[in-house]
Amino acid sequence: MNECLIKAVRAVGEEIIKNKEWLTELDSAIGDADHGINMARGFTAVDAKLDSLLGEKDAAAVLKAIGMTLISTVGGASGPLYGTAFLRAAAAVPGKNALGRDEVAAILAAAITGIKDRGKAVQGEKTMLDALEPAYAAFESGKAEGKTLAGCLALARDAAGKGVEYTKTIIATKGRASYLGERSLGHQDPGATSTHIILAALADFCRNIEEG
Amino acid sequence: MVGLVIVSHSAKIAEGIREFALELTKPDQRILAAGGLGDGALGTDATRISAAIEAADSGDGVVVLVDLGSGVLSAETALEFLDPQQAARTRIADAPLVEGAIAAAVEASVGAPLAEVVQAAEDARELHKR
Repeated sequence: MNECLIKAVRAVGEEIIKNKEWLTELDSAIGDADHGINMARGFTAVDAKLDSLLGEKDAAAVLKAIGMTLISTVGGASGPLYGTAFLRAAAAVPGKNALGRDEVAAILAAAITGIKDRGKAVQGEKTMLDALEPAYAAFESGKAEGKTLAGCLALARDAAGKGVEYTKTIIATKGRASYLGERSLGHQDPGATSTHIILAALADFCRNIEEG
Repeated sequence: MVGLVIVSHSAKIAEGIREFALELTKPDQRILAAGGLGDGALGTDATRISAAIEAADSGDGVVVLVDLGSGVLSAETALEFLDPQQAARTRIADAPLVEGAIAAAVEASVGAPLAEVVQAAEDARELHKR
């Protein structure tokens, strides 16, 4: 089953790399114009690392290796933030060799805690949390309604998309964008955007698997 | 002797401050640079930082001086990779990078304990220039 996880992460990487220039453009408006470049570099390194993990049975080991790779290759704040999210996600699913709805919910919850701990941020500060927290809430509500994993992820993706729109209406108080104060209004947060891209890629991937 | 790790997005900045601090203290002092990414790009890498902390620690502890932004996040991430005892004797100084590193290096060179080296680094923010 980890072959499936590895394919899913490759699909995420492809979308990140495809959106590299757009993410960098968004970041040039309010940040330091490197988010797309940094994320693409990180996921290119992850893609290379995944080859050595094809035989790995433990999903947690795969997630941990991804986290460590992002930490050592992304370079900007998103490295330790997404990296910590993956490390905490790994710790949330010890010894699992298949990830279903419950495991993915645990992964999302652990990722949020990790990003909050690392970034000392909360929702409403124009960060990736503004996409990830509503995504997790939507995932849980889908789970409660008995939706499939792909169905839950589709709800999470849509909620993350709304979260990205919400970031246009608030002032950044974290990271380089916080130097801009009110001038950050009207711009969507690049970190929230990359979180949305990741969730959208996962939702597409799982829908394709479920539809065979 | 307390060790120092200099963290910067730029490998050249980290290496330059290391060279500068060593010039003002003792050549055998454990001052490690952890700047940039493995491929030479600008950025910070928590795994490089944790390796530098391990190399800088003689058992007396390590003070980490960081530049800004993700440097701080990466240094905090690095602490999670250390064994808990080593992490407990590692401090990230809330200090300006160049001034803090020089002050900490001088303090460490006379054998001051960890808390005093951290204090020297943090007091360096009071070194006004006019």
